[in-house]
Amino acid sequence: MGLLESNWGLPFWMLITFGLVVFVLSKYAWKPILKSLREREDVIDGAILQAEETKLEMEKLKSQNKDLLKEARGERDRILKDAKSTGEKMIAEAKKNASIEGQKVMEQAKAEIEQQTAQAMTELKKEVSSLSISMAEKIIGKKFEDPKEQSIYIEQRLKDLETMPSASKN
Amino acid sequence: MIVDKKSRLFLAAFIAFLGIMFTPNAVLGSGHDSKTEEKAAHADQSADNHHANGAQDHDVSTAANQAEGSEAHSADHGSEKFDAGKVIMDHVTNSHGWHIAGDLELPLPVIIYNKTQKKWQVFSSSKFEHGHAAYLGFTAHQGKLTSTTNEEFMDFSLTKNGFSMFIGAALLLIVLLSVARNYKKRGVKSPKGIASFIEPLILFLRDDVIKPGIGKGYEKFLPYLLTLFFFIFFNNLLGLIPIFPGGANLTGSVAITGILALITFIIVTVNGSKDYWMHIIWPPGIPFGLKFLLIPIEIFGMFLKPVVLMIRLFANITAGHIIILGFFSLIFIFSEINEWIGSGVTVFSVAFSIFMSMLELLVAFLQAYVFTLLSSLYIGGARETHEHEESH
Repeated sequence: MGLLESNWGLPFWMLITFGLVVFVLSKYAWKPILKSLREREDVIDGAILQAEETKLEMEKLKSQNKDLLKEARGERDRILKDAKSTGEKMIAEAKKNASIEGQKVMEQAKAEIEQQTAQAMTELKKEVSSLSISMAEKIIGKKFEDPKEQSIYIEQRLKDLETMPSASKN
Repeated sequence: MIVDKKSRLFLAAFIAFLGIMFTPNAVLGSGHDSKTEEKAAHADQSADNHHANGAQDHDVSTAANQAEGSEAHSADHGSEKFDAGKVIMDHVTNSHGWHIAGDLELPLPVIIYNKTQKKWQVFSSSKFEHGHAAYLGFTAHQGKLTSTTNEEFMDFSLTKNGFSMFIGAALLLIVLLSVARNYKKRGVKSPKGIASFIEPLILFLRDDVIKPGIGKGYEKFLPYLLTLFFFIFFNNLLGLIPIFPGGANLTGSVAITGILALITFIIVTVNGSKDYWMHIIWPPGIPFGLKFLLIPIEIFGMFLKPVVLMIRLFANITAGHIIILGFFSLIFIFSEINEWIGSGVTVFSVAFSIFMSMLELLVAFLQAYVFTLLSSLYIGGARETHEHEESH
């Protein structure tokens, strides 16, 4: 048989076989293959799109974060400054209060001391005068008959003492 | 368009093939179906015999001496001289049985519709006894049945090429269905195994061949065009395998390429738009007188396109087979002259056959690609609707 000849069988079997192959492949091979290829392309496209969106969102978030951070920093600075000034004020006030209180206590103490001293002095004077009187009585050996007279005398002597320079004070 | 690069290669091969056929050393023999392997043995043995007997000079150069030598070893081995033309034709044409090696032949069913007797006749090709015997009044020679009783008949036999096509189709189904299973199993994940080999081809065909060729609405034609590509590609590759399940010159037979071209032609014709038909029947933008010249050309071109498709694939694949077989035939032709020349030529032949086989691997892909590309371009051209008047 020449190269350009053929029997009836070959084209006949060819038509049947090729037809079957096209049918089976388009139904059971090309359909699922092309479908999943398309699906994969869609998935990849979607993923790329999503990635881009995410990137944009990330950038937005980043700048937002920056703003927030800046704000937070400002807030912090302000709070710190406030706290510092409040503290300073409080310390100053406390100091002032303390010094006033101290002064007050001191003055009180001084007054008390003075008062006590004065009291003690008076008592001391009284004691000293009665002692001196009794001593003088003993020395003189004479008693004032009249207590009235006696007390006038003492008063007079005390006055003399008081008018005396403060040598007796110390 | 027909005389592209590969066709020129085919012509060159054809001329070489004719040269081989009419070389005085390769006297045309007749009848016997013996194969290259046997021939090798014969050639070597005959050379040995000549040497041992000393009956003949080694450097036989005249046709007379050749004939004598031929007779001598015909007597010894019951065989004729090596006939390259016959060997090549045996290999590239169809046959009713599938010769595997030596005397081993795969018998295939012979199916005949006898028009004279108006009945079907089915029997095994082994009844022909390698083309030596007639059965039910039929003889087979190089894939062609002849009725010895001059009866009218149609040969529907499942021949070597037909059987090879079954193997190719089965392989195609196995591979592509397993690929499809892979996709079903893995969903949108990346392909694995054989799918990762097939997928780039599918993507290449879809995105770079079919989509630009057809344009909008290309999806409808994907199944046919993809099947077309893989059918041609697989059968081309199968044809390159020199041993049993391959080696049939399937895509190099006009019946196969003709049917493929016919299907493409039918799709093109069915999908022809109004513009497509108007361009053929009444070409626009051309002077009235010229129209009558162009119309027959256009109509001729419409039929020429599928014919070109048919011839291109057939010629390329057959040329490849012939060239490789031609190189191998050289070994036996030269061995008949002188065993030393023969062994020298063997090196050259094997080297060139390897080179050609590599080239044929490329051609196997290229021709499948070209067939698919042109089919999609033809379909795209027929579906196109356009407004232009002059750019025809």
